[in-house]
Amino acid sequence: MENNKKNIHTISLLVANKPGVLVRVTSAFARRGYNIDALVVSPSFDPNYSTMTITAQGDPATLDQIMKQTVKLVDVIHCNEHTGEDAVHQELALIKIKNVPANKPVITDLVNKFAAKIITEDENIVIIACAGTTLQLDEFETVMKKYGMIEVVRSGKLVMTKSKSST
Amino acid sequence: MTVKQKDTQLTGAQTLLKCLESEGVEYIFGIPGGVVIPIFDALVESKMKFILTRHEQGATHMADGYARVTGKPGVVLVTSGPGATNTLTGIMTAHMDSVPLVILTGQARRPSLGKDAFQEADIFGMSMPVVKHSYLVRDTNDIPRIIKEAFYLANTGRPGPVLVDLPADVSAGLFTGSFDQKMDLGGYNIPPLPSKENIKAFAAMFKGVKKPLLLVGHGAVISKAEKEIKTLVEKFGIPVVNTLLGKGAFPETHPLSLGMLGMHGTAYANKALISCDLICSIGSRWDDRINGNNQEFCVGAKKLHIDIDPAEIGKIVKPDASLVGDAKAILEELIKYLEPMDTKEWQSEVAFYKKEFPLKYDTTKGLTVPFLVDEVYKLTKGKAIVVTDVGQHQMWTAQFYKCDYPDRWLSSGGAGTMGYGFPAAIGAQFGRPHDLVFAFVGDGGFQMTLSELATAAIHKLPVKVVVNENKYLGMVRQWQELFFENRKSGVDLKGSPNFVKVAQAYGVKGILIKNVREARRKLQEAINHKGPVLIHADIIKENNVFPMIPAGKSAHHMMIDPPKK
Ligand SMILES: Cc1ncc(C[n+]2csc(CCOP(=O)(O)OP(=O)(O)O)c2C)c(N)n1
Ligand SMILES: [Mg+2]
Repeated sequence: MENNKKNIHTISLLVANKPGVLVRVTSAFARRGYNIDALVVSPSFDPNYSTMTITAQGDPATLDQIMKQTVKLVDVIHCNEHTGEDAVHQELALIKIKNVPANKPVITDLVNKFAAKIITEDENIVIIACAGTTLQLDEFETVMKKYGMIEVVRSGKLVMTKSKSST
Repeated sequence: MTVKQKDTQLTGAQTLLKCLESEGVEYIFGIPGGVVIPIFDALVESKMKFILTRHEQGATHMADGYARVTGKPGVVLVTSGPGATNTLTGIMTAHMDSVPLVILTGQARRPSLGKDAFQEADIFGMSMPVVKHSYLVRDTNDIPRIIKEAFYLANTGRPGPVLVDLPADVSAGLFTGSFDQKMDLGGYNIPPLPSKENIKAFAAMFKGVKKPLLLVGHGAVISKAEKEIKTLVEKFGIPVVNTLLGKGAFPETHPLSLGMLGMHGTAYANKALISCDLICSIGSRWDDRINGNNQEFCVGAKKLHIDIDPAEIGKIVKPDASLVGDAKAILEELIKYLEPMDTKEWQSEVAFYKKEFPLKYDTTKGLTVPFLVDEVYKLTKGKAIVVTDVGQHQMWTAQFYKCDYPDRWLSSGGAGTMGYGFPAAIGAQFGRPHDLVFAFVGDGGFQMTLSELATAAIHKLPVKVVVNENKYLGMVRQWQELFFENRKSGVDLKGSPNFVKVAQAYGVKGILIKNVREARRKLQEAINHKGPVLIHADIIKENNVFPMIPAGKSAHHMMIDPPKK
């Protein structure tokens, strides 16, 4: 587990908003045996560009080649790998659990403890949204499993550098 | 159905042609079809010449041959669907060898995209892994910017093919934009000259070295660094080996040249590789046909790498020092910082290898490719533009046609595309009409694109093609003989036509060479003939290329001569 974690990489890209750019980037990873765990694309500050955050698994030596092939793409402005120190990471999880009235007080406690939020509920289900680091969400998910979790959807990681310049 | 427009307004097709003209395009190679008829209609009024080929693969290789000898991008124009997919092999070939091409493909009308319209193929998607960049044009008014970008991308930095997919309604639509459009290539960088400090540090790697070796590749040729390489070699006494595509970056007849290295390189080049204590690549990819096994490659030697593509640095071989940028510009600087080296002993060591392990061939058992190539070499004084196909004949031609010029050697290196040679020779002849162009091809590969005999005949191109008939897919047969107990499988070319008659049927002069005795006279006859000539060489069937380093092995495992039975 610990070893495996070491081979998870978070890469952010700034790309021109042109057709095909997503395919070009993802195939640079796929071709070299990298498995993309999560990928988030969102419009950036300037509408001509998008930000991509990719979470992927594979050996670091291959990653170096992938990153070089990726920045080489005409539509990729820049491409950086982020470690824990230089950037902040957050993701969002939506969790659906069975609505069991007896569990309500514990659920409310947990929601508060994890700074989560109940988005909607009816007599059958409760949907909770929780933002946090991957580890925090993993933990939250594990706890929720005990309370009749029906499904979970996670956004994939977003990163932002702590430096003055853009990610 | 003609496209009529108001007098002053241009269609997308006319706009496209204007843009191509302003890029200096002389020739467009291709085949028309439904969705590109508006472009062909506009071509009637253009001064650019359209060369109708017999297959789109042929068109793409012709554009490639044209590009390699002129240094200008080759241009291809084909229809959608099968017309477009037929260009893929040629695009891949150009991509692997960093050849600038602009491929214009027709496409179904915009409203039909993604609806399986007649002859709709997602060529934009299919070609993605083999292009430097590509476009699907969505607005007629974008044409000037996209064409400007396409030519710029194709032929700057590390060159490569750029594909432009043009929906029929975009070409037929009216152009209401401006020709004066800025390029929008925010993510495209051409590496600047490395800093003085980096170049100095790189130069310092040569300090104390006793056996330096230069490895020159296609990048050195593309960068036109031949003068700087020569200065470097002569001033510091550094021997040179070249890759298959690096032929001509440094004159192969120079005393310090050891010729081609690698799988079928000269024994002396590979011996120098084993013995050197520093190897400096200038524009080569350290590809597996030259390094054999990158774990065992030049183990004790310092490895230096100069390349314009940062992604090449460390891809195969992890260098001790590297410089990213244009080889010519870098060498110009590097020369200033290098200190004199004493390589006298090293020079005599490599001279010994050259003397002891020369390339050789035998004329006693019948006609062979090495002999024919050597004859052509002598008759043309080493000055012809030489093009090869892929196989045994390719390696023999590389071994025996010593190349002294950086713009006269064409071969499909990275892709190893059979069928490349003949159309590429035609393209080269279009680009350099006054040079003598010789193609050496195999009986297998030639039959993949021989329909271009029509193209050579129609345009009366004086290209000479030597079809080496060993009645086998010779290179595969050689591997089967050496590594699979001579169990021949799928390599017998029985049923090939009489090539002289095929040539004649196309209106091309055909000459048969049956034996060593008549070879020179017949080759001279071919050279003297003003038009295209097919020379059918009836070579001996089971001859093998040596030296050979088995695939995946290091240079230590080189077989200089055939193994004893
Ligand atoms: C398009 C393509 N198909 C298959 C191959 C595999 N291949 C490499 S060399 C070779 C044999 C070539 O035979 P021929 O053209 O007769 O040349 P020879 O080796 O006999 O000189 C083959 C089949 C290839 N390189 N390209
Ligand atoms: Mg053959």
